[in-house]
This record gives sequence, structure tokens and C-alpha cells, in this order.
Amino acid sequence: MGQEGEAGVNDFTDAFKFMGDNTDLLVSKTGEQLQLCGAAIGISLLIAIPLGLWLGHIHRGAWLAINVSNMGRALPSLAVIAIGLGILGLGFVNVMVALIVLAVPPILTNAYVAIDGVEGDAVEAARGMGMNPLQVLLRVELPLALPLLFAGIRTAAVYVVATGTLAAEAGGGGLGEIIFNQASYRLAGVLAAAMWVTALALLVEGALALVQRLVTPAGLRRRAPAVGPVVETAGTTT
Amino acid sequence: MTAALGTKVAAAAPVIPNFGGGGTCVRQNKLFCWDWFSAHWGDTFQPALLDHIKLTLIAVGIGFAISFVAALVAYRFARFETPFSVFSGILYTIPSAALFQLLVPVTGLTTTTVEIALVSYTLLILFRNIVVGLRGVPEDVREAARGMGLTRRQTLLRVELPLAVPAILAGVQVATVTVISLATIAAFIVDQGLGSPIFKAIPTTFNTEFIAAGALTTGLALAAYLLIAVAQRLLTPWARRARPA
Repeated sequence: MGQEGEAGVNDFTDAFKFMGDNTDLLVSKTGEQLQLCGAAIGISLLIAIPLGLWLGHIHRGAWLAINVSNMGRALPSLAVIAIGLGILGLGFVNVMVALIVLAVPPILTNAYVAIDGVEGDAVEAARGMGMNPLQVLLRVELPLALPLLFAGIRTAAVYVVATGTLAAEAGGGGLGEIIFNQASYRLAGVLAAAMWVTALALLVEGALALVQRLVTPAGLRRRAPAVGPVVETAGTTT
Repeated sequence: MTAALGTKVAAAAPVIPNFGGGGTCVRQNKLFCWDWFSAHWGDTFQPALLDHIKLTLIAVGIGFAISFVAALVAYRFARFETPFSVFSGILYTIPSAALFQLLVPVTGLTTTTVEIALVSYTLLILFRNIVVGLRGVPEDVREAARGMGLTRRQTLLRVELPLAVPAILAGVQVATVTVISLATIAAFIVDQGLGSPIFKAIPTTFNTEFIAAGALTTGLALAAYLLIAVAQRLLTPWARRARPA
């Protein structure tokens, strides 16, 4: 925690020099972080998507999908990691649990809200055409819900990449190892890694925003949400 | 990975914490030593909790003031909405651990650094919710206000803002909880708040300190969440039956 903290532009010049000299290190730490985050998001999707789709399809469990989920979002990630350190000790599992706790709520809430909000007429028409419940879900509800559902995944991914930086504190590796270790990497390294991880987060956000546009059916594209996470709007927060 | 942790452990000499008190429980580093916690409530946890609350209130207060003005401007002149959304969206996306560090060369290891970063995370949420709340006022209501002869300012103050309160408070709720969460990371910059015992416990892997600080932070976040939910219900009795689901 002891830092020299002299103000100045020099610090940033040094940071860019560090980036040039240690590109390999930064790339390998980025790889570690992406692996960790990818795994955490993958597991979260497996948990949250089926549950959210099913609850939305049967229009039940709004309380679970929205409120419990919001409470989950209220859990401070460093606190979850800290409690995990007490119970599980240092390591990959602990960090994974914390990231999953963080990623499941936005995915679950958005999956539920998206499917639950599909117009009743469309569902009824599909049923009238003789589709069975699974077909209704997969062919009608899911495509219409995709933009909002994907917005949840995008929010979760950005949270996870940002919080993955804290993983270093619990032995999870990644760019945080440089950011939280000024003693070894000096301010230049810390700043370089901080800029690197910022670029990474913005890149992930930008890429997913693009994918979100692509998965939006043409008819809905006009109403595609703007930059940033969309779950925080009035409707879903209460 | 191991190298980085190694240097930290070496720098913070005693692996078994030497905080005094607690006896065998602390020496064996059991899951939670109640004795140690109550002995250190007064000198560690209570001040950290109070600092944490203070950091949060200042950040949410300043963030609200900025977002409120920006939202009113964006509501009146729609072309300002996208620039501010994009700007606050970018700030929101920057990982907190990085933003705190990036501000250090500019504002130093100070509370100012911490507050600037914390405020920047509230902007997107508050701005968007205030704008959404104002936009959500039904056109009929606005027209009725105009028909009653209210001026633009009166319409805003007496009709639009009160109707936007649920959305605005929902924003305050999420912003507050977010700041409580991120303020723990701020302890890396300034030795304040509930993150401080967490960071201190890392080199020693002292379980009681991890769990106590983690539980207090979580409890604080949930308490703030519920408190604002209750405030929202009390302040907007008319919204209670209108809200579906």
C-alpha cells in the first residue's frame, strides 16, 4: 500500500514505456484474466439462462428472479471474496464463486424479464398454430426476448471483467496481480496494467454491444438500448 | 501469481496475526473468533464502518447533484442525452481497481481520488434513471398540467418530478449499493472504510478479519438497499397499486 505518489505526466510516460518493455507479461496476464472471466460467465450462463427462461415462460417466480437477484447484486464483490477467503481459502475456486455470485443476477433478471415481457398475442398465436410449449419458448419467445436477454449477459460480462481484476487478491491471477503489487512493478507497471485492463473492459463492452445489435431481430432494432448496462432502469429495479 | 503473493507475505512478516487477544482461537486461525471481533470492534470495525458510510454518502450526494443537473438539461434539450450517456457509460465500464490507480498521479493518495472514482460510478445509473423517470410521465398528465395553466417550471416541480420519484429512488438505490461495494476497493488507496481490514487480512490470511469485514460490508449494502426500498414505498403511496408484478 505504500506508494510514492508524486504527481505528474511522467508517471504516464513511464507507464507507456513499461507497456512497450513488458508486452509479453501484460498479454499473458490478460490471458489469465480472460480465462477466469470466461469460465465464470460460462458457468453463470448455465445456471441463470435455463432458470430465467423457464420462470419467464411460466410467468412465475417474479419475486425470485427480480428481488433475490437484486439482493444478489447488492453483495459487494470484495466482501464476497473476503468471506470466501475465510471459508475456502486462497485460490481459483473462491474467486470463481465470487464472480458467479456477481454474474448470475443480471443474467437471471434480464432472462426472466425478457421472456415474461413477450406479448401475449404472439404466444397465443403460436399456440394456436399448434406449437408445443417448448416450441413456443424456442421459436417465439426466445427470439423476441433475445436483445434484452443479451443486454443482461453484456452487463454481467463487464462486471466480471472489472471484478476479475480483484481476483489477484485471492490468488486468481490476472492483471490485478500487477495493479495490486506496486512493490514489484512500481507505479509505472501499476498504471500500465490499469490502462490495459481499462482498455480490455471497454473492448469487451464494445464487442458485446455489437453482438447485441446483431442478435436483435430487424423489426426490433430501432428500439435497441443505448450504451451501458440496461438492467438498472426503473422497471426492473423495484 | 505465487511470486506476487510471496513478496506480499514476506513484506508483512508475521503469518500468524499478532493482534493480541483471542487466545487459542486466533492462534489456530479458526473460522470466526468472536472474542477477537468484539475486542476489536471499537478500534477497528466501528471506525471502518463509519468511514465507509461517510465515503458512500459523500459520493452518492455529489453524484446525485451532478446527475440531477445533467438529467434536467438532457430532458429539456434532448441532444445532450447521448453525449452524457456515452461519457458516463465509459466511466462506468472502467474497472474500479484501475480507475483508482489511474487517478493517483493526478490527485495523489487522497480521499479526493477515492471520491472522484466513486462519484464517477454513480453518474450513469442516476442520470439514466432520472431521465427515464421524467420521460415516463404520461403525456396526458403533462397536458392536463399545461391546461391548468402551470408554467414549464411549475410542471417540472409539481408534476413531473414527483411522478419520477420511484424511478429516481430506484437509481439512488442501485447507485448507493454500487458505491458501498466499490468503496471497499478504495481502501487500497486510502486506509479507510471496511476494505481496510480486508486488505490487511490478506497477507496474514486471518479468517476472522476476512469474515467480519466481509459480513459488515454485505450487511451495510443490504441495509441500505432495504432502507431505500422502504423510503420509496413511503414517499410514493400512489405508485403502490399501479405497479404490476
